[in-house]
Amino acid sequence: MEHTYRNRRPAYLILADGTIYNGWNLGVEGTAIGEVVFTTSMTGYQETLTDPGYYGQIVTQTFPLIGNYGVNDKDDESREAWLSGYIIREWCFQPSNFRSQGDLGEYLTNNNIVGIYDIDTRALTRKIRDEGVMNGAITTDFPDDFHGFLDRIKAYKVADAIQTVTSKEITSYKVDDPVCKVVLMDYGYRQNILRSMTNRGCDVYVVPANTTLEQIKSINPDGVLLSSGPGDPADNPSLISNLRRVLDETKLPVMGISLGHQFMALAYGGTVSKLKYGHRGANQPVRDLEKNRVFVTTQNNGFVVNSDSIAPSVGSISHVNINDDSCEGIIYTRPDTFSVQFHPNGSMGTNDTQYIFDNFIESMVNYSKSK
Amino acid sequence: MPLRNDVKKVLVIGSGPIVIGQAAEFDYAGTQVCRTLKQEGLEVVLVNSNPATIMTDKTMADRVYIEPLNIPVLEKIIEKEKPDSILSTMGGQMGLTLSMQLAKEGFLDKHGVKLLGANPETIDKAEDRQLFKDMLGGINEPVIESDVFYDIESAVDYANNKIGYPVVVRPAFTLGGTGGGIASNEEELRIIGGDGLRLSPITQVLIERCVSGWKEIEFEVMRDSNNNTITICSMENMDPVGVHTGDSIVVAPAVTLADKEYQMLRSSAIKIVQELGVEGGCNVQFALDPESFEYVVIEVNPRVSRSSALASKATGYPIAKIASKIAIGYTLDEIKNSITGTTYACFEPAIDYIVVKFPKWPFDKFVYARRTLGTQMKATGEVMAIGSFFEQALMKAVRSIELGLDTLNLPKIKSCTALEIEEKLHNCDDERIFVIYEAFKRGVPLDNIHNITKIDKWFLSKIQNLVAMEKELMIGRLTRDKYKDAKDLGFLDKTIKELSGQEPPEKLPAAFKMVDTCAAEFKAETPYFYATFDEENEAELFIKEHDEGKKKILVFGSGPIRIGQGIEFDYCSVHCINAIRDAGYEAIIINNNPETVSTDFDISDRLYFEPLIPEDVDGIIETEKPDGVIVQFGGQTAIKLIKYLTEKGMKILGTSADDIDAAEDRERFDNILEQCGIPRAKGRMAYHTNEAVREAEELGYPVLLRPSYVLGGQNMIIAYSADDVIEYMDIITSRGELENPVLIDKYLMGTEIEVDAVCDGEDFLIPGIMEHIERAGVHSGDSISVYPPQSLSQDVIDKIIDYTGKLAKALHVVGMINIQYVYYEGVLYVIEVNPRSSRTVPYISKVTNVPIVKLATQIMLGHSLKELGYESGLVPSADYVAVKVPVFSFSKLTDADTLLGPEMKSTGEVLGIDVDFESALYKGLLGAGYGVSKVDEGVLMTVKDADKADCVELARKFIEVGYKIYATGGTHDYLAEHGVESIKLNKFNEPEPNTNAIFDTGKIDFVVSTSKVGRDPAVQSVQMRRKAIERSIITLTSVDTANALVNCLLSGKNLDNVNMVDITKI
Repeated sequence: MEHTYRNRRPAYLILADGTIYNGWNLGVEGTAIGEVVFTTSMTGYQETLTDPGYYGQIVTQTFPLIGNYGVNDKDDESREAWLSGYIIREWCFQPSNFRSQGDLGEYLTNNNIVGIYDIDTRALTRKIRDEGVMNGAITTDFPDDFHGFLDRIKAYKVADAIQTVTSKEITSYKVDDPVCKVVLMDYGYRQNILRSMTNRGCDVYVVPANTTLEQIKSINPDGVLLSSGPGDPADNPSLISNLRRVLDETKLPVMGISLGHQFMALAYGGTVSKLKYGHRGANQPVRDLEKNRVFVTTQNNGFVVNSDSIAPSVGSISHVNINDDSCEGIIYTRPDTFSVQFHPNGSMGTNDTQYIFDNFIESMVNYSKSK
Repeated sequence: MPLRNDVKKVLVIGSGPIVIGQAAEFDYAGTQVCRTLKQEGLEVVLVNSNPATIMTDKTMADRVYIEPLNIPVLEKIIEKEKPDSILSTMGGQMGLTLSMQLAKEGFLDKHGVKLLGANPETIDKAEDRQLFKDMLGGINEPVIESDVFYDIESAVDYANNKIGYPVVVRPAFTLGGTGGGIASNEEELRIIGGDGLRLSPITQVLIERCVSGWKEIEFEVMRDSNNNTITICSMENMDPVGVHTGDSIVVAPAVTLADKEYQMLRSSAIKIVQELGVEGGCNVQFALDPESFEYVVIEVNPRVSRSSALASKATGYPIAKIASKIAIGYTLDEIKNSITGTTYACFEPAIDYIVVKFPKWPFDKFVYARRTLGTQMKATGEVMAIGSFFEQALMKAVRSIELGLDTLNLPKIKSCTALEIEEKLHNCDDERIFVIYEAFKRGVPLDNIHNITKIDKWFLSKIQNLVAMEKELMIGRLTRDKYKDAKDLGFLDKTIKELSGQEPPEKLPAAFKMVDTCAAEFKAETPYFYATFDEENEAELFIKEHDEGKKKILVFGSGPIRIGQGIEFDYCSVHCINAIRDAGYEAIIINNNPETVSTDFDISDRLYFEPLIPEDVDGIIETEKPDGVIVQFGGQTAIKLIKYLTEKGMKILGTSADDIDAAEDRERFDNILEQCGIPRAKGRMAYHTNEAVREAEELGYPVLLRPSYVLGGQNMIIAYSADDVIEYMDIITSRGELENPVLIDKYLMGTEIEVDAVCDGEDFLIPGIMEHIERAGVHSGDSISVYPPQSLSQDVIDKIIDYTGKLAKALHVVGMINIQYVYYEGVLYVIEVNPRSSRTVPYISKVTNVPIVKLATQIMLGHSLKELGYESGLVPSADYVAVKVPVFSFSKLTDADTLLGPEMKSTGEVLGIDVDFESALYKGLLGAGYGVSKVDEGVLMTVKDADKADCVELARKFIEVGYKIYATGGTHDYLAEHGVESIKLNKFNEPEPNTNAIFDTGKIDFVVSTSKVGRDPAVQSVQMRRKAIERSIITLTSVDTANALVNCLLSGKNLDNVNMVDITKI
């Protein structure tokens, strides 16, 4: 159906502080409650929608023109769109790209996502920046009981995030003539983490988040890769203690990404803090202290490891965010053990830090030779 | 790494005169560079031949040389100044090529001068086609199948037998792709390839597989010595590969690429820049197959460029400034992001709006020039617009280019049939976007338009949205939602009311958003705004937060660079802003030209990047509520706003709106002249052709025709007959009924004189009088202008002072006035008065040391000349003579006639400055590219009857220098009658020897050609002049210019007997 101003459905974005933004609905009708965050990436909306790291969140795109190149079945980063709701300035319903198979609106509908467009996304972003992330709701039915509705918004907390997004069973991805074999702990992994490993000639076993040490051992891997994922890392004590066992009871090389990075710090007695409004986008500058170079990275992080919580006996900071000096990577005293806060896998985003995967492969190949 | 300790004194080379392909963007870059280097405590020596620039201001560098840009001059300056380093990447192609030559011949090594920014190997790898290909091949980056050739036969063989047609021809080392083009067959290849070989300084062309129709994507990249590499901005050309990027409508960021394609190209750009080892800014252009992931690298520019100026303005990231810091040793992670003040320059800007760049073409000046767009850039300037939606930004851009359009409806194609419109879609020219709009209105399906134009469907569907809204507005009730949508799409209230016949339900005020490099992720303090229609007005909040109780003055910029309104006006706007701020006021600027210094966000207290038309300005006034506005420095663009500003009740500082009108209104002005007892050429007015012919006949031919309210002699001609008048009136009325009459003046062929004066209502100050070499009839902007006058008697000078004072007083001028006089047969006449700043202000300020714009601004703010320490009258002449020589871009404009006349044709200018006239003239001519040192072969003379008498003496002088004279029939006979020997040639289309074939023999160095009729490319004299231009032969179309040139040759001036003048010492 041709889309014009005549057949639009109103939608409302209501924030926990009572602010109301009037817009129009895209995707499905209904109500979605979540934590309202923003991402500054100018491309990669489909990858953003399917990043499990956004589970429980309502994501705002700061770039105003969304949907330009449509959607396709190749660019999903996971099996479905996990975020709670989606906020954009303009919905492009006439996409153009040789790979496009449909438009953003249909895609949201198929993924059962409530979206809103045509609101002042910059004003919203400024608000979140100044006041910090806050809960909110997108709804196509303006609540009769506004105060009751606000209470529901305020009460919302991201729960069971990893349990929801993680794989239900072990899946293996085999390559010809593998150089090594890795277990990818699925806390909400993204396809490009998997591709980054298989492209380097590594067999990958994607395992559910609660896979035990014994199950991991039975795969006989050359390393363990901890994926990115959603939610507050501290909400997952059992996953963290399981990880600690892997670290203590094996000599397997271990690498962590994003949530995996935070888990590792927690496993080693470090602490994490919630960022005021997160690091989300494709332009976060990170200094690699060893190389003394700055790389442009992709991130989707609401939490950060407190640098001073990592004891020198445990590890040292390897990467720093040059904007706010926050911790972006740790190299542990345990051999072949390191983690990064950013997403070296890119997609969406830059490929500038793919060398992290090369380092990990090297560790695993060496491990494989020595075992 | 911090600041290098082996860099103390840096030579910066500017880009020279404004020509097509190299415009104001390099003044913007150069100014940023000079400021940055000085802030770092370095000593800066600047060389640039262009006096209209801000970078050549005495305060910009420690030593400033306005000298010709060539190797011998630079060598002399280096020997004199002994800099330890030279910054090569800031002066466009000109600066880069010169630096490279200096390095290659070992001159820099010999004098211990380091090359900063890029080394010769880097430059060669980026610019020499073969080395470029080898470099890309080495890192597995795809390049278009191509080969370089040094002769046309091998090029033809390659195209015929290896890659097939069409092929693209790219000459090596030329500006803006001069001489390039697409050849569809062997015949075309022979023509275009031949031209390209001749124009390339190393006689080299590249013949390549044609990928026209692919997407054209650019990345601006920054790299430092530590290999930190970032991309500042991606850009996508709406016009696919085939149209020069300078002639393309460009958006930032790229919009039709999915992340996979985007990252693929971004990674490639970074890899290439790292391989080249550029330290600073670099531009990488790609062609991307719209149907696959296949791409090829088109071009790499290892320097700041037009695109980097655009990327700077589009993102807020100051590329030139950061590039210069990198050049002197800093790394990206050591440089603060001046926008946020807290983050670093080592990040990639995130933007939360869309930017549209739209070119400004000179076809309104050159009505007969071929409008087709290809690989040869033709635009003189550009505008940029920022919006929340593509449609909104596009509509703003169209309003900003000053074609008198509020929408994409182009009146002149309204009457075309549907078939004609569909036919026109095949023409890739400056009007194509308007034709597309019209095609949608006629119901041509989007797919058809796409198949013809290859423009991505994304852009086409957006244009279709505009058409749909236009139709929507014409039917039904104007609801709030419909109105809001129309505003989002960029429709003006004015247009909405016209289309709907209804008032908006409630007027939506413009909301201003900040350009902050980071999409609001960090708090920024940049006072750089654009308008959209949204809830939060950040400018309003910003103003409140930063209120220091100062009064606010709004200054209007001059919009896009075009012939007649160039960089000089930006110079004036910037100086006006500085003066306002120095006086303790807040200065606010509105402008839309991304190439300028005035649109740098740290020049004014607040910058609004918006169209300079009433409704857009109104939103800004509503938000700012300024205490006064200044219109005298923004050229005619600002003057056109007076009517609106008056109605709005704004306080216009300086000369009142009524007095400005008195200077421009024919009858009122005649009355003033009469009261003052000042003679002027007899003149009339007409609205219609018949009327014009009648008036012209009554005055007696020749007459001068021009529209009222013009700048740069737009659409001005000398008519010698009724036919000329009819031809002219037909062109001028083709866009519809005239709002203002055409002025018809008796044409007086005397000495032309120009003055700029500063007045306070009582007293007036004339910094200097300028005399033109060419007699009246050649537009003042195209004339060689000399300060101080060399031929005027004291009586005439006294009269000029007297008349200027009288006019200033009678017109109640407060601020600036520019007056043009003609001295003819013992009488001084006034030709024209402009109650505003003019294009001569920058150079006169520099030569006379009178800060003209500053004084005028202070006067507008309430001071008198006396308070400022100046007496009334003419400032005593400086110890220097300055000769301003115009520079043209004819080689870029196919079919444009080079004949000079009352309509301005030059795009830029250079200055020659020295202690005597001959030396100054020599340097001026040298800087403008006239061959004033070598004696080779011959001079071809073919002049109209009126000029024949002057030609005898001229020919004798050329013979004295050592030239042979060639002449066509009439001129030959006349010379023979007067005892001057010449070789006779037939006319252009007559049998050989003729004025066509002679140019292929290499026997002609100069052409002196004047003719009664010009313009029409079918005329033989026009064809002859075009041929000369295409063969890069200097063509003089005024006997006076030729005379100056030959006098210069006779004077025996060369670089060894002139001075290198540091103007800071004046």
